[in-house]
Amino acid sequence: MIMTMVQAINRALAGELERDDRVVVFGEDVGRDGGVFRATEGLFDRFGPARVMDTPLAESGAVGAAIGMAALGLRPVPEIQFMGFIYPAFNQIVSHVARIRNRTRGRFTAPITIRTPYGAGVKALEHHSESTEALFCHLPGLTVVVPSTPYEAKGLLAASIRSDDPVIFLEPTRLYRAEKQEVPEEPYEVPLRQAAVVREGRDLTVVAWGAMIPVARETAAAAEAQGVSVEIVDLRTLSPMDRSTILASVRKTGRAIVLHEAPKTCGLGAEIAATIGESALLSLKAPVARVTAPDITVPLAKREDLYYPNPDRVLRAVRRLMEY
Amino acid sequence: MIERFDPLKGERLRILDEEGRAAPDLDPRLADDLLRTLYELMARTRLADTKALRLQRQGRMGTYAPSLGHEATQVGLAAAMSREDWFFPYFRDLGAFLTLGFPLADYYHFWMGNEAGMRTPDGLNIFPISIPVGSQIPQAVGAGMAAKYRQLPIAVVATFGDGATSEGDFHEGLNMAGVFHTPNVFVCLDNQFAISVPRARQSAAPTLAQKAIAYGFAGVQIDGNDVLAVFAAAREALATARSGGGPTLIEAFTYRMGDHTTSDDASRYRSKDEVQQWERRDPIARFRQYLQGRGLWSEAFETEVQARAADLVEKAVAEAEARPPASPDDIFAYTFAVMPPDLAAQLAELKATLPGGAR
Repeated sequence: MIMTMVQAINRALAGELERDDRVVVFGEDVGRDGGVFRATEGLFDRFGPARVMDTPLAESGAVGAAIGMAALGLRPVPEIQFMGFIYPAFNQIVSHVARIRNRTRGRFTAPITIRTPYGAGVKALEHHSESTEALFCHLPGLTVVVPSTPYEAKGLLAASIRSDDPVIFLEPTRLYRAEKQEVPEEPYEVPLRQAAVVREGRDLTVVAWGAMIPVARETAAAAEAQGVSVEIVDLRTLSPMDRSTILASVRKTGRAIVLHEAPKTCGLGAEIAATIGESALLSLKAPVARVTAPDITVPLAKREDLYYPNPDRVLRAVRRLMEY
Repeated sequence: MIERFDPLKGERLRILDEEGRAAPDLDPRLADDLLRTLYELMARTRLADTKALRLQRQGRMGTYAPSLGHEATQVGLAAAMSREDWFFPYFRDLGAFLTLGFPLADYYHFWMGNEAGMRTPDGLNIFPISIPVGSQIPQAVGAGMAAKYRQLPIAVVATFGDGATSEGDFHEGLNMAGVFHTPNVFVCLDNQFAISVPRARQSAAPTLAQKAIAYGFAGVQIDGNDVLAVFAAAREALATARSGGGPTLIEAFTYRMGDHTTSDDASRYRSKDEVQQWERRDPIARFRQYLQGRGLWSEAFETEVQARAADLVEKAVAEAEARPPASPDDIFAYTFAVMPPDLAAQLAELKATLPGGAR
């Protein structure tokens, strides 16, 4: 069936609610309203208010509650309406979700999937456009996942909900309805912790994820016209990171650009560049480049186009590396 | 009984007066064995607590948060719980842990800085000690929601201090409990201090119990140094929770007789007079007088109780100190369900730096 990413996410939630009665979905507006992006549309009617719950507007309360639910054997899937509103729950995520397995030597675990839309590019209000994935990648115990297509979104979300580890599942709002794709009806998993080479190339590797994958593809097409063959690695799981796929690609191409829409300093690009420097230095024909947002607050809607990387900016980096 | 004491009118449930005389219309008339058990658990808690302080002073234990003065609330609450109920504690709950059957050696381990004590034994529904203040409250609410979803006739208890009632998680948790009508019992050990900050700086509300009214459920203030009041209130609130009657907030009015932790010096911010006044309300001495009045306490009984407690404490200390610290493998093992290759490499790197390889 042809569908958008937000529809694929909806199907993944429905599929997991159907196959496992330990799964419960909850958050602000996820019930009767079906979510502000319609990701949970129809689930309330189909699975009932005991499994698809509107909660009070309380992010820490919802994530904290998920931990207690997990202790009694449930697989909670709380939704935070936008990543910009996840911070009240940060204490629960840092102090408990990420470490309850360790804190109890495995007696209690947190098979919790926290879904939240994130990223710029939809001309939303202030606090609706940030990409703070690096905050979560820094925390031992968390798995951080970002899909880039409808097919991947459905399979990665199913795998996240079935995972025995807590997952921060970041949904690029810019991609929710950007493309339609054939997505199988039946449930399936796209494996966690595995990056994918989504475009093969010879001369240069672009490492990206989420909403930057279409930017990377556009860049690659333009570079191809100029005779440069670009390989794209879609990280998919940001943490724990699949370093071997990155390194294999860079060892092949000898050049690497890390592309992300989060600010540069201490962004995930720094970790990836360091990984390449540690393990593939002698394969490099040019320094690793980072194409990222600047270290500023995300501008409001009228100038957000200045903020996140576009194909032109990536292409400039491609030329720089090729001419190095 | 709970609804007879209106926190908005400043009413507080108390069964034993300071001389250990029970109010005849309130005395729950517990069986003799249970009364003796409550006493023994309180005495055991005090001895185990005193020992922990001594171990800390001798450098054999890390920073420790003493329970002195809280024995009636901790023991009375836990004694009213069933084995199927769940407990989301805070960090000053020694008596509750002991009453629920948590091994004392494991409790000591945690404060000694040994991960070995952090696994709750199978069969005990006790969440680990929660240090980030108030964060256990929404967790207990989620457990209550899950109990409802799974139709388990159980109650879920969370404890916390007066300082926690100022935290956002207190509000978010109790508010959700009211909305979802969860089987929770929230027990605030209102011990007058959050480290040095007095109760009056936490809230302008005359009682903390009255906050429950705004969340749409019952709240009661009780004398936290009166084990009969604690037991009776907890038993009623637990029964309400288990039978679908929704949550209750119990404010146990008590006093932190010790320092906040061994890293604190309470004499910097409170007077000796104040502490001495509370010594006269000691929960164990008061209950002993009650037992004496009922012919349930004797010097011989006391000797037995103290001997058993000393034996238990000594064995726990020996066991805790004999256990080696966690291995390198162990401190890595519980980060993920399956260790990622990067982490395995970091573990190998760490082990390679240790003399003689892995230790």
